[in-house]
Amino acid sequence: MTTTLVPSDPQEAAVPDNPDEPAISVRGLVKSFGDVRALDGVDLEVARGAVLALLGPNGAGKTTAVRVLTTLLEPDVGTVRVAGLDVVRDAGALRERIGLAGQYAAVDENLTGLENLVMVGRLYGMRRAAARERGLELLADFELMDAARRPAKTYSGGMRRRLDLAAALVARPPVLFLDEPTTGLDPRSRLALWGTIETLAGEGTTVLLTTQYLDEADRLADTIAVIDRGKVIARGTSDELKDRLGGERLEVRLAEAAAAPVAARALAPMSDEWPTTAGATVGLTVRGRDGTIVEAVRRLDEAGVGVLDLGLRRPTLDDVFLSLTGHVAEAADDEEGTA
Amino acid sequence: MRRLVTDTLVISERNLGRLRTAPDLLIAFTVQPVMFVLLFAFVFGGAIQTPGYDYIDFLIPGIIVQNIAFGGFVTALGLNEDVSKGLIDRFRTLPMARAAVLAGRTLADVATNLLSLLILLATALIIGFSFDAGVGEILAGIGLLMLFGYAFSWVFALLGLMVSSPESANSLGFLAVFPLTFISSAFVPVESMPGGLAWFAEINPFTIVVDAMRALWLDAPAGDAVWGAVVWSLVILAVFAPLAVRRYRLAAAR
Repeated sequence: MTTTLVPSDPQEAAVPDNPDEPAISVRGLVKSFGDVRALDGVDLEVARGAVLALLGPNGAGKTTAVRVLTTLLEPDVGTVRVAGLDVVRDAGALRERIGLAGQYAAVDENLTGLENLVMVGRLYGMRRAAARERGLELLADFELMDAARRPAKTYSGGMRRRLDLAAALVARPPVLFLDEPTTGLDPRSRLALWGTIETLAGEGTTVLLTTQYLDEADRLADTIAVIDRGKVIARGTSDELKDRLGGERLEVRLAEAAAAPVAARALAPMSDEWPTTAGATVGLTVRGRDGTIVEAVRRLDEAGVGVLDLGLRRPTLDDVFLSLTGHVAEAADDEEGTA
Repeated sequence: MRRLVTDTLVISERNLGRLRTAPDLLIAFTVQPVMFVLLFAFVFGGAIQTPGYDYIDFLIPGIIVQNIAFGGFVTALGLNEDVSKGLIDRFRTLPMARAAVLAGRTLADVATNLLSLLILLATALIIGFSFDAGVGEILAGIGLLMLFGYAFSWVFALLGLMVSSPESANSLGFLAVFPLTFISSAFVPVESMPGGLAWFAEINPFTIVVDAMRALWLDAPAGDAVWGAVVWSLVILAVFAPLAVRRYRLAAAR
């Protein structure tokens, strides 16, 4: 999009109401805890109304990034701007414009659902009546009306998470941060929460969410940034990331683990890289889909290898990691590095 | 500033509101102190010599001071829970006054302290306690208790922010407060203690506060006890409030 009113000095653009400034802009963000660099030079940009998923394993720095973006932590180095405001200099004003919900549903268990939302509303500076009205509205939206007057400690995990999200939305923030919003939820609650997030994004809320699940990032995000050991190692749409993986994975379970090297040699011509073996399982990224299984069976048969099971599957986060970093998607650990 | 006041009140209201749904806390404020008064008055009462006073009269100011000092426990437990459950993070992302979380907590303690004080006084009067004081002195005593309790709430606020779990807040709190209250003039005359303990009891702020209460409510010889008690309370407040606030910032910035 072009505009006729581009200020000559880029710094001038940094006023809260400039519609062209990204909702979230992170440049060279570094945050250390003691000797550990939790964030090691992160750059991110999220356009207004877009959804960015920060995808990575435990310990990759996702939560630290969210905590910096929501003013809970100050960056050591770098500039971080959200909704046109600097997270350090304008922290107070910024808190009026953001909402945070996360994996640790931060609600007061001894208060009812309604009391929780009224408290948050009043801490946003709303009058009691207005906070109550907004609370009831949100409880209705999140299908918590029946539980509005029950203490939150009687809520199920999914209900708590919805109440937590409702609390983040009390002040209708233009930018919403969701830290692993569905971790630990059952599949049904997870789907429901995805629907809610999609609705919010559809209404124009900018969303930054962190997740360990590729399918979640796939479904919700316009753009995915893969983060590992404090660095963004890849970014793009979900299709672009999958393209980088070079197609789907073929996995073969052998009758005997001893036959794995033979099987790997037999299957190697089907892939651009050497197949991985783990016990009796051989895996490889294949180029095409059509005829793959038939070809694999033929090759293994010719090599005289007994097969228990084989199948094609879509890439998982582990595959993304293996492909991008050469180590598996476990909590960051310096001893890894074999492929 | 207006924001600090309203936010503090919102947090206080929240902390008092939870009493409704956590009846065990309400029992801690009401039934437990009454039980202690009855146990001390009737189990130890006959065996302890308190020259110049009936044991009930001697005991009540002491046990009330002990009870008020323990009132801040809720703050320790509550803050610890707020940190571990992430509620502090929520508060810190809200455009609210920073100090309101701690100020609201400790202010709520004043209300619960007042509640348990009134219940204790009613119990005391029923089992034979009698004031030797005018209305002004009785009220001054209540005011002193509230001030001392408020100061102690900040000690507990610091404790709650420093320990890793509510359980350790509990045991550390008892470890600190129990000896302090027992090695004082709260339950027995200091003169009856062996040398070292008596020395400690003399300089123990609890002794000074208890003596001040006896001066106000029983017309006991006061010395400087009343002013001493006020000064002690202010000193505790001046030391522990900034420490707790600092600790809150650190705990919240993990």
